[in-house]
Amino acid sequence: MIKITEKHIDVQKVVDTVSSLAAGAVNVFIGTVRNNAKGKNVVWLEYEAYETMAVAEIRKIIDEASHRWPLLGWAVSHRIGTLKPGEVSVVVAVSTPHRKDSFEACQFIIDTLKEKAPIWKKEVFENGEEWVSARPELAAKA
Amino acid sequence: MKLKVKAFGVTKDYLGGKEAVIEMEGRTVGDLRAELNERYPQLLGLRSLYIAVNRDYADENRVLEITDEIALIPPVSGG
Repeated sequence: MIKITEKHIDVQKVVDTVSSLAAGAVNVFIGTVRNNAKGKNVVWLEYEAYETMAVAEIRKIIDEASHRWPLLGWAVSHRIGTLKPGEVSVVVAVSTPHRKDSFEACQFIIDTLKEKAPIWKKEVFENGEEWVSARPELAAKA
Repeated sequence: MKLKVKAFGVTKDYLGGKEAVIEMEGRTVGDLRAELNERYPQLLGLRSLYIAVNRDYADENRVLEITDEIALIPPVSGG
């Protein structure tokens, strides 16, 4: 399941979609909105996606992961729109027969998603806003 | 040729909206990039700028068709 949604992500529902009786491990990454960036308070984040391409890129990442690890189930759900600190922005869940593969596959999927999926976030501070990592002088820790 | 270009993230601010129509002499992604840089020099200040054609990252020598779906992909920051 690949989903880009403006609605609250129900983590348990995403986890449920990867369950398998053949699995010995379910690994879940939950990305949440941090209340600070570069020493400033983040009031909210605006997420935007090029949805059709984001789904296509995530599909390629899953295909690659499926070649490298024995995935029994997988799911990626990414939120867009306005998110407040503490809210869930992304969930990646995978199930595999053994735990090591589940850790590796889950990390590969979220790391590659962050690098390749056409999704952007803008940090809105109390007195300004900026698109994360867009310009070199702003490209500290995304 | 006349192309419709979708803009995302910070490029929406630079192009002044979600879509721009670009008329240019050349035919490739590289030609389009040169034309965009001339019209919107702020693009040169980005850490990177990929151009997607039909929902896929495209090479600079890719030849464009007027029916292609073209999009500007500034540095991504999902997750």
